[in-house]
Amino acid sequence: MWIELAHFALISAMFIALFAGVISLVGAAKNKVAQMAIAKPSSILVCLLVSLSFAALINAFVNDDFSVLYVANHSNTLLPLIYKVSAVWGGHEGSLLLWILMLTWWSALVAVLSKKLPYEMLARILGVLNLVAFGFLLFILATSNPFLRILPAVFEGRDLNPLLQDPGLAIHPPLLYLGYVGFSVAYAFAVAALLSGKLDSAWARWSRPWTTAAWAFLTLGIMVGSWWSYYELGWGGWWFWDPVENASLMPWLVGTALMHSLAVTEKRGLFRHWTILLAISAFSLSLLGTFLVRSGVLTSVHAFATDPSRGLFILLFLVAVIGSSLILFAWRASKLQAQQSQNNPEKAISAFSIFSTESLLLVNNILLVVVCATVLLGTLYPLIVDVFNVGKISVGPPYFNAVFVPLMLPILLLVAIVNYSKWKQSSIMQNVLKNKLVIAYFVISLILAIIIPIVLNKQNSEQILLEKNNSILVEICLFAGIFLAINTIINTLIRIKQQASLFSVPMAFYGMQIAHFGLAIFVIGATIVSTYEIEKDIKLSAGESVTILDYTFKLNSIKIVEGANYSAAQGDFDLIQNNQVVNKLYPEKRNYFSSTMPMTEAAIDIGFWRDVYVSLAEPIDKDKPLDAWAMRIYYKPCVDWLWLGCLLMAVGGIISILDRRYRKGIVKQ
Amino acid sequence: MKFNKYIVLVIVFFALVILLAIGLSLDPREVPSPLINKAAPDFSLPVLESQNPKELLQSNTNSKDNAEKVVNNLNNISPRDLKGKFWLLNVWATWCISCRAEHTLLVDFANKNPDVTIIGLNYKEVRGDSDIDSSKMSEETERSLADSRAKKWLVERGNPYDWVAMDLNGRIGIDYGVYGVPETYLIDKEGIIRMKHTGPLTPEIINSKILPTIKSLGM
Repeated sequence: MWIELAHFALISAMFIALFAGVISLVGAAKNKVAQMAIAKPSSILVCLLVSLSFAALINAFVNDDFSVLYVANHSNTLLPLIYKVSAVWGGHEGSLLLWILMLTWWSALVAVLSKKLPYEMLARILGVLNLVAFGFLLFILATSNPFLRILPAVFEGRDLNPLLQDPGLAIHPPLLYLGYVGFSVAYAFAVAALLSGKLDSAWARWSRPWTTAAWAFLTLGIMVGSWWSYYELGWGGWWFWDPVENASLMPWLVGTALMHSLAVTEKRGLFRHWTILLAISAFSLSLLGTFLVRSGVLTSVHAFATDPSRGLFILLFLVAVIGSSLILFAWRASKLQAQQSQNNPEKAISAFSIFSTESLLLVNNILLVVVCATVLLGTLYPLIVDVFNVGKISVGPPYFNAVFVPLMLPILLLVAIVNYSKWKQSSIMQNVLKNKLVIAYFVISLILAIIIPIVLNKQNSEQILLEKNNSILVEICLFAGIFLAINTIINTLIRIKQQASLFSVPMAFYGMQIAHFGLAIFVIGATIVSTYEIEKDIKLSAGESVTILDYTFKLNSIKIVEGANYSAAQGDFDLIQNNQVVNKLYPEKRNYFSSTMPMTEAAIDIGFWRDVYVSLAEPIDKDKPLDAWAMRIYYKPCVDWLWLGCLLMAVGGIISILDRRYRKGIVKQ
Repeated sequence: MKFNKYIVLVIVFFALVILLAIGLSLDPREVPSPLINKAAPDFSLPVLESQNPKELLQSNTNSKDNAEKVVNNLNNISPRDLKGKFWLLNVWATWCISCRAEHTLLVDFANKNPDVTIIGLNYKEVRGDSDIDSSKMSEETERSLADSRAKKWLVERGNPYDWVAMDLNGRIGIDYGVYGVPETYLIDKEGIIRMKHTGPLTPEIINSKILPTIKSLGM
């Protein structure tokens, strides 16, 4: 009953979105207030309808309604409650429903919060969002309907993929989608600007908080995904350059560029075309990511069940959304330009010198876009080669590491000196030279970047040293990270000292510094863990132990434990340091009743300076699962800095949204 | 009219779309076999012996002349015996779930295309089955167990094969580069491999790949 109602709600939402989208856009074009007025209530209504259908699907999962095909395929009576809920987005249909849910929430939020936006602008933005929502609802209803019944109902569901039965995966997709879909707001702002021909700094100020919010969620989503693969997959890795990971990284890179470009457009009225193009690109890359993940054109560890008709539909949707907006851009951008130069008598203002903040941000933007393009090329290259029938290849980490790291390094240095730059003026050089301390920071960072590798190499000397430890790149990356961290902290302190109180410093400044500091932490952590991690493959049976650096892992026993819907072999380890047991570790190898593939649950002792990590691989003799096991033991220095860094970046983003400036409404130009 | 530089973006985008559209029709998991247009690796394997023709006939009366097929009384089969014939080499095993789906199609194909000889390569019948511990099994036990399992399967599901070669240890599978069961190879009259398909056959594969290839090579 609820399912049919939900199905009906979804169909109604689709028609309302189409109707409202068309009417409000036409109304805005003809300047008819009555037609524009439809945008706001209908966005909220669509949001309510989609939320209702989502809630009904959750209800079906919680109550084990196996007469719903999607529930029967992805749930099971034995599944713990939290995973019954997260199983809603554990499959293709449900994850698309989550996608559209996020989209309608964003548009409802825009409708509710943008009271100060010009009426016509709001109608256009909501109109565009409604049309995007219509496209996705049509996609869901036509190819991926989660509300189909299977009659007679099956007695027991097939269960959720055991890999997905994990708290990390319960929150990873919602966060990631909030980010992906959040860029639709920036996109709608851009299209609205193109339609109206108005592109001023007020426009940039309105779209900034939305863009930053989407970016912060995307950062969190990627962070949780990386963290999940680190502890769940049992390989100890945190980034694999898998096509699906790249699909989330590309909008992140362009979104980062967009945030910074919007800052220039707001403060200085520059880079308008560039900003618009980035806004379109960020959302386009989100859609491209959806296409790559869902169509199966690329091989990926995220082996989703694929269906060519779905791929074709998303491709058509891609053409409609991106193609139309690019054509609109090509058509309207030149008009915007003409208008701009006529209406902008103070042309001198738009000039900026080569060492100003503007140039800094421009170079940063170009680098980010280049990085994104190289990631895109690497991701699509196997497909290109296949299409031209010149062979089958795969592009892996060596390519990505080789192009990504050198391109990101100059970005880090630019971020480090941004505190010394000013708008418009040629000031970086003088400021840096005037400020003798900068040279001191430079020297301190350099010394640290040389000393840290020497110390860590010595510490690791008894272990097998890999060649990568000898690369000069390690020192360069460390230097960049440390230099950035020092500059960020000191300049924040200086700024606070200059102001009357802690709170008279704008939130946006704090947000920026926290995010930049997070970047530094991330870089330092990534450099250290990828260079100095230690991995041991070893066979252990009860009573035996193994030592890495000053940690000894003693295996006391292996026993069988029973979970709600699995049984597992569980190792009982003492983690010993300086002859004292500092922690107990219980790695598991789980066999879920519903699946033949065993799952690895690594046991990790988390620490600020290092993680130590045990995961069970295989029993040496399959018939004696309580005997000796092959296992992997890792020592991962500074690995948690990666996620700490990402968290700081996201927090920085959210803090900067709270800046008073965004709540003031329309500011006089 | 002034050239609009942003048109370039639109063109690039549509080029990308065409690329993706073509990509949709390709399977990224399909790995081309290096054996295409090379001579089929030689082997000489024992065939599934002396099936009882009557037993097979009873269960599968509408199938092609099973009686004739199984009476082919060879003890061993080798590609050399098949010179001058078009033949399919179909790799299968009873533990292979996808083979079940494929089998009906294969029986149907055998009925419609009596000119094509179909050789079954039964791959690691006992060793490949994770439910059986074959480590302590003698070769004779393994052989007889494999034979009985394979026969039971053919009796129950119909026999599309002219001969079934038993590759108990998977040695021939290595020569052919078998990495997943089922797999199907098309070999021409000169003994050259013309096509390989990994995974279960589907009506599309048969109609758009196998039959056209056979036709184009003149048969």
